[in-house]
Amino acid sequence: MIINHPLLGPRDAAEFTYLGDASLINRPDWQSDTADQDFYEYGYLRSNPAGIHRELWFHEAGDRSWLVVTRNTVTHEISNVEMARDVARTQGRSK
Amino acid sequence: MRYSGFQVIKEALTGHKGWKPVWRDPEPQSHYDIIIIGGGGHGLATAYYLAKEFGEKKIAVLEKGWIGGGNVGRNTTIIRSNYLLDGNEPFYEMSLKLWEGLEQDFNYNAMVSQRGILNLIHSDAQRDAFTRRGNAMILNGADAEMLSTEQILDRYPFLNVNDARFPIKGGLAQHRGGTVRHDAVAWGYARGADMRGVDIIQNCEVTGFRLENGKCLGVETSRGFIGANKVGCAVAGSSSRLMSKADMQLPMESHVLQAFVSEGLKPVIPGVITFGAGHFYCSQSDKGGLVFGGDLDGYNSYAQRGNMPVVEDVCESGMALMPMLGRARLLRMWGGIMDMSMDGSPIIDKTHIDGLYFNGGWCYGGFKATPASGFCFAHLLSRDTPHPNATDFRFDRFSRGLMIDEKGMGNQPNLH
Repeated sequence: MIINHPLLGPRDAAEFTYLGDASLINRPDWQSDTADQDFYEYGYLRSNPAGIHRELWFHEAGDRSWLVVTRNTVTHEISNVEMARDVARTQGRSK
Repeated sequence: MRYSGFQVIKEALTGHKGWKPVWRDPEPQSHYDIIIIGGGGHGLATAYYLAKEFGEKKIAVLEKGWIGGGNVGRNTTIIRSNYLLDGNEPFYEMSLKLWEGLEQDFNYNAMVSQRGILNLIHSDAQRDAFTRRGNAMILNGADAEMLSTEQILDRYPFLNVNDARFPIKGGLAQHRGGTVRHDAVAWGYARGADMRGVDIIQNCEVTGFRLENGKCLGVETSRGFIGANKVGCAVAGSSSRLMSKADMQLPMESHVLQAFVSEGLKPVIPGVITFGAGHFYCSQSDKGGLVFGGDLDGYNSYAQRGNMPVVEDVCESGMALMPMLGRARLLRMWGGIMDMSMDGSPIIDKTHIDGLYFNGGWCYGGFKATPASGFCFAHLLSRDTPHPNATDFRFDRFSRGLMIDEKGMGNQPNLH
């Protein structure tokens, strides 16, 4: 697989490590009344779809940036690559 | 007698036209007592033990393709019970004991070959860890023996024991481990289940569950609605896909694992060898091919095929361990979809929906577990209580902090 890095252009997927579903950006509020259940779901449950999947990749052997890659888990086709930082900012998660 | 030396000779002389299918191809009935979704090793074993050991009647196995076409036909055929943790080891030892009696039990040649498995040690810390593991195995009634480098060289003279980076310092052997003819496992269970009246319905994909007031009444399929008192799901890599139809999210990710076979060679590797410094394991099939594999590709996938970086990594590990491997040519490689759970251990449990049961999360240890998985799932389906050897394989262990994490990797499925 080739991941088209927004800053560096097309890079071999072997340069990256994989974390998992991009929903991991949405860390629950630890002060919520439902924090126990929220953190269980955040930590352990995954939608694991067959098809379009947004996921976090880390450019470990490169510029060490986190990316949100939109990829089809049935065909391995990558349709979109964003900086995780930008995704988190649009969700109001990061400054 | 269906199979005999005489029959083989007779069929050889008459073009093998006389062999008949060993299970029926029935139309689905409108209602069953128990439906098993998934005609793989685990599903067929479950149906077999339900009929044979638990006296259940009116059982169906629904398979979307053909039986044995999934992971039971795509694995590296190894059986072993060399686990560390209490939640796992009694279960896998039960499985190994069932393997030992399997062929007599279902009267079918599954080519169970207890040729032994050897886990290599490359450092002092690893020796400590493997000694502990061996002791845990012995405490649970399994066999384990620590071998010296000399003992290993007696059996495997081709190993590169003096590798500069990962010298071989010994190994943990389980002599009762070995290999089994994987397809014959599916066929033997299917035949045994069919003989006891189980309907094996192929080309019948489950498209949804009929749920009413928190109870499962049956399944919608590509061949119409089929009612059932109880529905058991055993679909391995497709677990998340299937259970999403009941609005369930599972603690697992589906990952692709590749395996490889070389061209056929004369007998050279007597048992199963695992490299302790990388992820690589190798055995030789009865047809002569070296069967080997390594790590997951590492990203969510339902593709049943992997990518080149892992091919390179597996072959590098193999070359480090046994340089002679470089003289063999790779014949075939393929990928299977693993339902990687969050702690690397399986789930055999009821769901929150009455009448809906789940068996999955086998990661890449599913094949060796086939008999015990079928037996324990049948126990749960028939008696509504878990088998004593499978009490820890619960859904709620993640919310309660009772993970069974052999490698201590945490909730990162691609590292298990």
